[in-house]
Amino acid sequence: MNAPNKSGWKPAMTPDNGASAGTGTLTGNRALMLEEPLLFEIGHAETTGVDLELVEAELPNRLGGMERKGSIGLVGLTEPETVRHYTRLSRQNYGIDLGFFPLGSCTMKHNPRLNEKVARMPGFADVHPMAPASTAQGALQVVYELGDWLKKLTGMPAVAMSPKAGAHGELCGILAIRAALTARGDAREVVLCPESAHGTNPATAAFAGYRVEDIPATPEGRVDVDALKARLGPDVAAVMITNPNTCGLFERDFKVIADAVHEAGGFVYCDGANFNAIVGKVRPGDLGVDAMHINLHKTFSTPHGGGGPGSGPVVLSEALAAYAPLPFVRKTGDLYELVEEEDAAAAETSFGRMTAFHGQMGMFTRALTYMLSHGADGLKQVSEDAVLNANYILRSLEDLLHAPYADSGPCMHEALFGDKDFGNGLTTLDLAKALIDEGYHPMTVYFPLVVHGAMLVEPTETESKATIDQFISAFRSVAQRALDGDESMKHAPYYAPRRRLDETQAARKPVLAWEGDRET
Amino acid sequence: MRYLPLTDTDRGDMLERVGASSIDDLFVDVPEAARLDGPIRGLPMHMSEMAVERHMRARSKKNLAAADAPFFLGAGAYRHHVPASVDTIIQRGEFLTAYTPYQPEIAQGTLQMLFEFQTQVARLYGCAVANASMYDGSTACWEAVAMAGRVTRKSRAVLSGALHPHYTEVVKTMAQFTGDTIADSAPTVQPEPDEAGLIARIDDQTSCVVVQYPDILGRVSDLSKVAEAAHEKGALLIAVVTEPVALGAIASPGELGADIVVGEGQSIGVGLQFGGPYLGLFAVRDKKHVRQMPGRLCGETQDAEGKRGYVLTLSTREQHIRREKATSNICTNSGLCALAFTVHMTLLGEKGLRQLAMENHRLACIAADRLAKVPGVEVITRSFFNEFAVKLTGAKGIGARQIVRDLADEGVLAGVSLARLYPGHPELDDALLIAVTETSTEDDIAALAHALQEKLA
Repeated sequence: MNAPNKSGWKPAMTPDNGASAGTGTLTGNRALMLEEPLLFEIGHAETTGVDLELVEAELPNRLGGMERKGSIGLVGLTEPETVRHYTRLSRQNYGIDLGFFPLGSCTMKHNPRLNEKVARMPGFADVHPMAPASTAQGALQVVYELGDWLKKLTGMPAVAMSPKAGAHGELCGILAIRAALTARGDAREVVLCPESAHGTNPATAAFAGYRVEDIPATPEGRVDVDALKARLGPDVAAVMITNPNTCGLFERDFKVIADAVHEAGGFVYCDGANFNAIVGKVRPGDLGVDAMHINLHKTFSTPHGGGGPGSGPVVLSEALAAYAPLPFVRKTGDLYELVEEEDAAAAETSFGRMTAFHGQMGMFTRALTYMLSHGADGLKQVSEDAVLNANYILRSLEDLLHAPYADSGPCMHEALFGDKDFGNGLTTLDLAKALIDEGYHPMTVYFPLVVHGAMLVEPTETESKATIDQFISAFRSVAQRALDGDESMKHAPYYAPRRRLDETQAARKPVLAWEGDRET
Repeated sequence: MRYLPLTDTDRGDMLERVGASSIDDLFVDVPEAARLDGPIRGLPMHMSEMAVERHMRARSKKNLAAADAPFFLGAGAYRHHVPASVDTIIQRGEFLTAYTPYQPEIAQGTLQMLFEFQTQVARLYGCAVANASMYDGSTACWEAVAMAGRVTRKSRAVLSGALHPHYTEVVKTMAQFTGDTIADSAPTVQPEPDEAGLIARIDDQTSCVVVQYPDILGRVSDLSKVAEAAHEKGALLIAVVTEPVALGAIASPGELGADIVVGEGQSIGVGLQFGGPYLGLFAVRDKKHVRQMPGRLCGETQDAEGKRGYVLTLSTREQHIRREKATSNICTNSGLCALAFTVHMTLLGEKGLRQLAMENHRLACIAADRLAKVPGVEVITRSFFNEFAVKLTGAKGIGARQIVRDLADEGVLAGVSLARLYPGHPELDDALLIAVTETSTEDDIAALAHALQEKLA
């Protein structure tokens, strides 16, 4: 995997990708790089890849006169054509299986295949969410046991399992806080978020009806504790802080901040997106957290799937536990039951229901499988290796690239760089696209917003030293070219399935569905 | 450990490079009092792959899989046959282990798939534009209510009494915090939905009217009049489709005048999975509403060489750009479930979807006729697709919920009782929802009829 370039051969990098050097192909294909039309350009309304056991009888019709008239406009392919179409498309994608994917804040670690196998066991995959509890004891047990792991790993007394993704978990936490405040007749209006926060934090707080104000940061990249304390008061409902923060640093004064927030009558929301750095090393419950979501698709290895599904359980403090959403799993003796609206005591305090059913079961089975595989000892090693890999990258690049917080102590699981001193107007985007040509998925770019041209590199623990060493060499090479003002980078990538795509045109005249068969 | 490539030698060399004498040096910023000195207590140590598999299989075996019983549960989650090739494709690492296509040049696979998905959903719904998916149908429903508020600048949402009660709960939960007023109503187990009652509740303050199609009792009815009434008052009609296969047989909500169509896509490609992950579908009939939509949108463009390609677009609506002014806080959606939907829908095509829908309807009609002959069972729903409500008039105070539990003990998964869906409504105690899909056989139907007959005798 990612062996060093032993042959020493290097492709030429010219703006036309070498096309002028030879004859173009008739098909537009380049050997293994195959162009693939849209489904709608190759499929037909009369083609189908499934065969049902159809009955040759007169079909009944009790559709109340609402039968569909006219064509839906869908097309089909046979099974071999379908498999080939999507296999060809898949080859235009970069994934963790293919190579190093250091997308900061996203924790692109290896997705173990045992997780996939377990999630497909019929007792998990083929059970209806409203199956009688007596027929789903094992499924309810998994929800309960995963919750128990999350509580122990975070040192928190309660957990809400139903949130569907990180941002949904944030909403769950903020709504629990709002419900707790309402219960004591306290109408606070403000949520404080650092400028370096994920965009979901202010969006969540605003969605829950709060006014969002910035928390100032110190030059070393951490929350300015004195300024925060000065801002606290009877109008502040909560602070939302990511820890480790998005500059890659541990908020060493978190407990002090939490105590001050509690003193002022507010609550502490911790964005747990970066939990991978500290799982098994420190428990957020010991730092004064009231609510924290955990992205199972980051820390606990469930696949990112090209943008979901995620899963965002939320651990809650004693003060918030009673307000957790419905439904949840309760264990009495050896029996597991789902507590829903009919449980008057639970319904009385719960802030309500966030989703139709009880959460991302398919992700729960995967995450629990992962936790059992690692065990408490392995999870500690996970965070240690993740942090070591990030520091290794930071210290291997800081002499070349601007690393704004290199002097703020060790980084956690991600290393942050900026675009200072790039030549000839080259940008972080240009560097990212050049990294694509080197065979990498770029790091997160332009986030956090507090660093100019930010590049956030998160290697995770599932990479070998050889992979990381080769990445460092490649990163140093493209960084040097950026500092030298190598203008060819403005046209990168050269070797990807597409050259740079015109995002302005896409937004100015949006084409959001295929309309090739329609009059315009 | 099998997932950790670093060796102890690597770790030593790397610590030296970073100038740390031990790994603890890298955690100096964690306050000493909070630092853990060993593995967290009360949790097991690592296990082999074989041991983990054995452990999880023991839990799986404690559940009754739908395939192992006559199975008639629906109410927002439906069991359909998913062709084997769907799962093969979604397990390709290039799809499974990719992330949100932030770097479009190396994510054309996901992006083109999303463009196909958006087109399929828009056409199925009779809409102009669909987004790249939401978490599930219920959250998509709330997002639609919130969007209607932005479009109309009004805040009173009128919910049909025949909307899935869990969807109603989600909308009411969110509305507590946003200041929206939600007007819902209790369900009534009648052959026809109360259209006049719903229309009477629409007023000048109404931002939207939310109806389910087919509704929670499986009833199929024309939405045009409600659409007209909503539009007259300057409100939007939101149609919720929990069973997308139905749209292979019945007119699309867009054709009937719905402005926003949302729903659950789980039926196609995704599977039951004990409630998630599922697939939220979200579409608007008129392009003019695109900029108020939540979630990601994939759009066509071209690259520097003029080649067609796809990117995420109109992201100025979204949280990573607009932060507190975003249309929604959603970030991760249901990408892989969208892929499963699209692959399954591609295999079906228009022809296969229509056949699948009619096969569902045919079997549901057979089941309704068969159950109508059971003494003590009254079939309530007259016009339906693949799900209908019955009253167990012969239950004599036991209640449909208990009967469902009793039949489960006998290995028959009979349906979803309304008492489970509507706690606190004793008048619904004898009602049961029965869903019949292509996976139900005539033998299964006979087994259900027989079991009910025994129980009600």
